[in-house]
Amino acid sequence: MAEMLSGADMIVRFLQDEGIEYIYGYPGGAALHIYDALFRQDKVKHILVRHEQAATHMADGYARASGKAGCVLVTSGPGATNTITGIATAYMDSIPMVVLCGQVASHLIGEDAFQETDMMGVSRPIVKHNLSVRSPEEIPMVLKKAFHLAQTGRPGPVVVDIPKDMTTPNEKFAYEYPKRIKLRSYSPPTKGHAGQIRKAMEMLQSARRPVVYAGGGVILGKSSELLVRLVRELNIPIVQTLMGLGCYPASDRQALGMLGMHGSYEANMTMHNSDLVLALGVRFDDRVTNGTEKFCPGARIVHVDIDPASISKTVQVDVPIVGPLSSVIPDMLEALKEVGPHKDKDALAAWWKQIDTWRKHHGGRFVEQVGEIIKPQYAIQMLHKVTNGDAYITSDVGQHQMFAAQYYGFDKPNRWINSGGLGTMGFGLPAAMGIKLHYPEAEVACVTGEGSIQMNIQELSTCKQFDLPVKIININNQRLGMVKQWQDMNYEARHSHSYMESLPDFMALARAYGHEGITIRKASELEAGLEQAFAMKDKLVFVDIYVDPEEHVYPMQIARGAMKDMWLSKTERV
Amino acid sequence: MRRILAMLLENEPGALSRVVGLFSQRNYNIETLTVAATEDPTLSRLTVTTAGSDKVIEQITKQLNKLIEVVKIVDLTEGAHIERELMLIKMKATGSHRAEIKRVTDIFRGQIVDVTSTVYTVQLVGDSDKLDAFIQAIGAASVIEVVRSGVSGVARGEKTLSL
Repeated sequence: MAEMLSGADMIVRFLQDEGIEYIYGYPGGAALHIYDALFRQDKVKHILVRHEQAATHMADGYARASGKAGCVLVTSGPGATNTITGIATAYMDSIPMVVLCGQVASHLIGEDAFQETDMMGVSRPIVKHNLSVRSPEEIPMVLKKAFHLAQTGRPGPVVVDIPKDMTTPNEKFAYEYPKRIKLRSYSPPTKGHAGQIRKAMEMLQSARRPVVYAGGGVILGKSSELLVRLVRELNIPIVQTLMGLGCYPASDRQALGMLGMHGSYEANMTMHNSDLVLALGVRFDDRVTNGTEKFCPGARIVHVDIDPASISKTVQVDVPIVGPLSSVIPDMLEALKEVGPHKDKDALAAWWKQIDTWRKHHGGRFVEQVGEIIKPQYAIQMLHKVTNGDAYITSDVGQHQMFAAQYYGFDKPNRWINSGGLGTMGFGLPAAMGIKLHYPEAEVACVTGEGSIQMNIQELSTCKQFDLPVKIININNQRLGMVKQWQDMNYEARHSHSYMESLPDFMALARAYGHEGITIRKASELEAGLEQAFAMKDKLVFVDIYVDPEEHVYPMQIARGAMKDMWLSKTERV
Repeated sequence: MRRILAMLLENEPGALSRVVGLFSQRNYNIETLTVAATEDPTLSRLTVTTAGSDKVIEQITKQLNKLIEVVKIVDLTEGAHIERELMLIKMKATGSHRAEIKRVTDIFRGQIVDVTSTVYTVQLVGDSDKLDAFIQAIGAASVIEVVRSGVSGVARGEKTLSL
């Protein structure tokens, strides 16, 4: 006979049965029955954050590193609305997440009750789906649906709204973990069209200037190893999006780095001059394509994505393939056996020769540190050296994010954790915490700036309570660097509100929360300072690195131009 | 180009708001919208008329399909179809006008469904162009109130939109 449990106990039992080890959240009136159920067990561990936004970013960081859904629990009203930025962040980057929100009791809904917010309405445009519990018996199936939807097809956040009377302790119902789930209107594709795949491979093997354009979908689809096999088999160049960094090893000969607004010279030139683009798990975002009407003028485009709505959304493609990369790439490798080797080896060799010429043209790219004023790029290179290029790197948003993307050189997937689509400042620290919690042995560093870090600085307290010794690498230029860069370039250097006065003493602040702090002001002290920070394995260390405030991120594409139109330095434009 | 999109939707609270929300969220246009439960009470049928280039319509269809509660969607304007809209129109009807309205209503095969000494209310069914033509024929000066149901549509012949 099925066990009789209250709604609250069913929620917690379901999380246990679903294999959820940690949830992140903050208690409050409408969620108290659930919090009481949490208290009476010890399998699901709860991490008490200091602001609900951080709970969502923790779940998000964990999800990006592990590929599994993170789970959040908050109360109604302000608890729920505080998660909105975190949910939107996950939605834009297709990150699996389940957010359980308390709600006022059913009979109060619509009466403007205390801490009532229409979370179903508020969250609707930024979730893959949201569900409301209407009777306690439904709880196991509603939660099963939530986790299923979050983690299958194109992943995304799912919100579950739980009125307080659904979790009343003395009303008990039969609980059974739902093994199967039926959704008549939801069936993500499982296989790409064989004819289209064959056609794509034929086009590739006769293209003279092919390129692979790979993105976050490769990582979400757990297909990095398959991608490496395909790209090596084809012997063609690969460029990666901001979200795709690490899906192919950055140190490999065929990797040309990131493409797009701050992409490498060679990546953008290769895209612009290609005659065939094989786009895998990407969405032709405006930060990638620049002016869409000038995008890759000589190229035919093959686009593989699990979401048909991503195909031909901004750029018209020639060969659409809807399906998961985990089955499409093996089908491609199979088709290649029949299609045979490349038809024009000489053309391919000439293409590689051209690409190598672009590679030699470093343009505005940072080469070496001169003098004692630390270049932010150098700080990232040194971080790579000190961590052997093997750390989980989270970031916030701005110049430091682009420098980390350009200079860390990710060789593995799931190691570069940043808010690409929404561009959420305050993401980095809680995301790092979520990763450290699940991978305590791994090095986890949050590359941030003095602007971003202050958007969730309160989480230093959570780090103390739950012993999360992440390293905070604060690229401190005392400016909102990317805003200042745009003002330098587009507003005749009128620095409207991009200078942060009254910065706190970050060392003292870190110590006030019970952590360590190191300040580095000279290039000659950088390596030793970082070594010292990472040597303190069991300590959170706030490394405050003062860098050159005048540095800009280059290359930078010229707005509404083609992929090839870039500033390479403050003075060199191509 | 004007399109008629018909879809089957889970008959659940909030499902309609997702469809409507999607249109405003993605900057698409709704010209008319009708919705009601079908013979299967778990399903609603929703008809929306919208306008846009082929590219925009393709995106609208794909994005609607992504909504979990949208079970099936079809663009009726892609094939032969029947479209109907109901209009109730209240008009000033005095003097010689009364006969004129009666005559025009007969021509359009409408029915006068309510009468007072000064007002006629006419019920008219047809495609949207026919309803527009009726208003034009009566003349805007006589019109007091117009209520239109929005378009409903169905494919001609054997084709159906069902599970």
